[in-house]
Amino acid sequence: MSEAREQILAGIRRSLKRGRLDAARETELRDRVAAHRRNLVPARAAALDDPGRVDLFVEMAEGVQATVARVNSPAAVPEAVARYLAAENLPADLVLAPDLSLDDILWDARPLLRTRRGRAEAGDTVSLTRCFVAIAETGTLMLISGAETPTTLNFLPDTHIVLVYADQVVATYEDGWDRLRTDGGMPRAINFITGPSRTGDIEQRIELGAHGPRRLHIILVDDRQKATDGESK
Amino acid sequence: MLATSRAFEANARAGLANDNLQRALALMRTGFPQRRRLAVERLPEFEVLREIAKSIKDHTLEHLDFYLELFEENVLASGGQVHWARSPDEACAAVLAICRSVDARIVTKGKSMIAEEVGLNERLEKNGITTVETDLGEYIIQLRHEPPSHLIAPAIHLMKEQVAETFRAEHLALDPERSLAEARQLCDEARAVLRPRFLAADVGITGANFLVASTGSSIIVTNEGNGDLTQTLPRVHIVMTSLEKLVPTLEDATTLLRLLARSATGQEFSSYTTVSTGPRRPGDLDGPEQYHVVLLDNGRSALLGGEFQDMLRCIRCSACMNHCPVYAAVGGHAYGWVYSGPMGAVLTPSLIGVAEAGHLPNASTFCGQCESVCPVKIPLPKMMRHWREREFAEKLNPPVYRAGLSLWAWVAKRPALYHALVELASRALGWLGRGRGRFRTLPLANGWTAVRDLPAPEGRSFHSLWAERRNGGTVK
Repeated sequence: MSEAREQILAGIRRSLKRGRLDAARETELRDRVAAHRRNLVPARAAALDDPGRVDLFVEMAEGVQATVARVNSPAAVPEAVARYLAAENLPADLVLAPDLSLDDILWDARPLLRTRRGRAEAGDTVSLTRCFVAIAETGTLMLISGAETPTTLNFLPDTHIVLVYADQVVATYEDGWDRLRTDGGMPRAINFITGPSRTGDIEQRIELGAHGPRRLHIILVDDRQKATDGESK
Repeated sequence: MLATSRAFEANARAGLANDNLQRALALMRTGFPQRRRLAVERLPEFEVLREIAKSIKDHTLEHLDFYLELFEENVLASGGQVHWARSPDEACAAVLAICRSVDARIVTKGKSMIAEEVGLNERLEKNGITTVETDLGEYIIQLRHEPPSHLIAPAIHLMKEQVAETFRAEHLALDPERSLAEARQLCDEARAVLRPRFLAADVGITGANFLVASTGSSIIVTNEGNGDLTQTLPRVHIVMTSLEKLVPTLEDATTLLRLLARSATGQEFSSYTTVSTGPRRPGDLDGPEQYHVVLLDNGRSALLGGEFQDMLRCIRCSACMNHCPVYAAVGGHAYGWVYSGPMGAVLTPSLIGVAEAGHLPNASTFCGQCESVCPVKIPLPKMMRHWREREFAEKLNPPVYRAGLSLWAWVAKRPALYHALVELASRALGWLGRGRGRFRTLPLANGWTAVRDLPAPEGRSFHSLWAERRNGGTVK
């Protein structure tokens, strides 16, 4: 196969009517790559203040058929989950990401909520994960794979619940890349999720729940420090 | 895949006479263009982003050897492998070798036009490996043994009744009395049938919308989530892709992603955009143990530096075909190979030769819509003209056509004669058609008058009227 490699590269250089780039030009290009230079970023989200950004995230996510519940503290999360599952007529069985930060949530506060930690298996109906950041520009969740954050949770169950803290909402995808680079580099998989699974393959009618989750529910926690519980408006 | 582009005229005629196809195309004509227009209106920066996207792609193509090596270096660093393939045969051989190395029996596939281009399914099936298309549209056409008719909506040529019929014929284990009247029921049935296949697969094959040189990543964009199940569940993930999908950085990919969904379906962003870098990491509970990229050339490197280099900017969004009056009339199958619409009319002759695909660049009204909606500003009409010129230069058109063109050129190069003949013809036709004002039939012009009337000329040519006016005369 290396013969193919050499021939393809030689063919490219022949077509471009030059040889291999000289060392100086290669260094220039490597520097260009390493600079992580942003191209034009739309003003839509970049120009907003913190509350405006969170509001835009909610508006855009709801625009693509995700549902959003806003609560004012982590303590209110189990109640919000239980209420959502009851309203959707779903079983109170959750598979949770083995994400240590989810331990902060007092799941026992709702004893009827049965939880398991791990990756998703066939038959799991509801998963709950956190996200890496949330992107206001298009109401997109950015999730990354890792030992504590298995990818299967994002795709196998019929219902995916995502916990988002308001301070995780960034303006643009570029903010997500920056955050990733300061946080340990490229994971195996990055999933940008914008609304539930859908297809338009039959007569261009949009149907939700093609192969991935039929429902994407976002629980947005306004203040991660606040100890009191209760649902905010 | 075997091409039938030579038979474009017959294919197109069959398309025009196909009622289901015409109903399906009518849905497309109103759907995609309107949704795209609304999405573009919501993003004031759209036009500037097109210009930037074009320059990103041009920059990458000018330094393609460098970025390919950088990409490979980073794939290897993340634990993946790159397989370079000059031809469809080499690409298939690489995939087959990987499948054999893990004794694969079932392969699931996300949507990949490169896999179509190299005829991967046939090759795997011939070697005893079951391949299962998982994109709903691809699944439907796989059951029907049809090629895709559109870049992003492969079953766009079908109505839901036809899909229901196919499912009844193929899903024999299900209750024959079940209702399949609604798209919802068809989606649910496909979901239920395909879920166990996802879980049983040994190898998952996806395409790539972009490759990122700086990180060695592949990016797929889907709405269904099938691509993610395909690449997450099996032990091996193979990315089938081609040289020109490369961009330098994540930031560059981001700019293109902002244009892709808006141009394609009119969405702000597709449901799932996934960036994959190498295989499963230590401690991971899921994800593939092997990550392979099969990198296909198949004539692309030869397009660099020439009049068709711009075509390599294409990001396969389908906006050109969604806005094309010819595509909307005859459908994608008429084009007779993998790629259809205006991008197919330019790319197909590049990849399988103008002798086979010469009809395609001729099937254009030159309305220019394709170029005006292209997110990376590919001058599609100009390139179709290049192909027409090359076809003529290589003497591939029929003799009568060539003789006609030569005669016309001979006359057109002699202005005095040309004007005299035009003046004569318009006077004669004007006089002959003076009663009715139009012609139902005309000798030598049946191609025109078979489907519409030819309006009779006013009796004078534009040139003579203009000359008269400039000389101070009056125009009636």
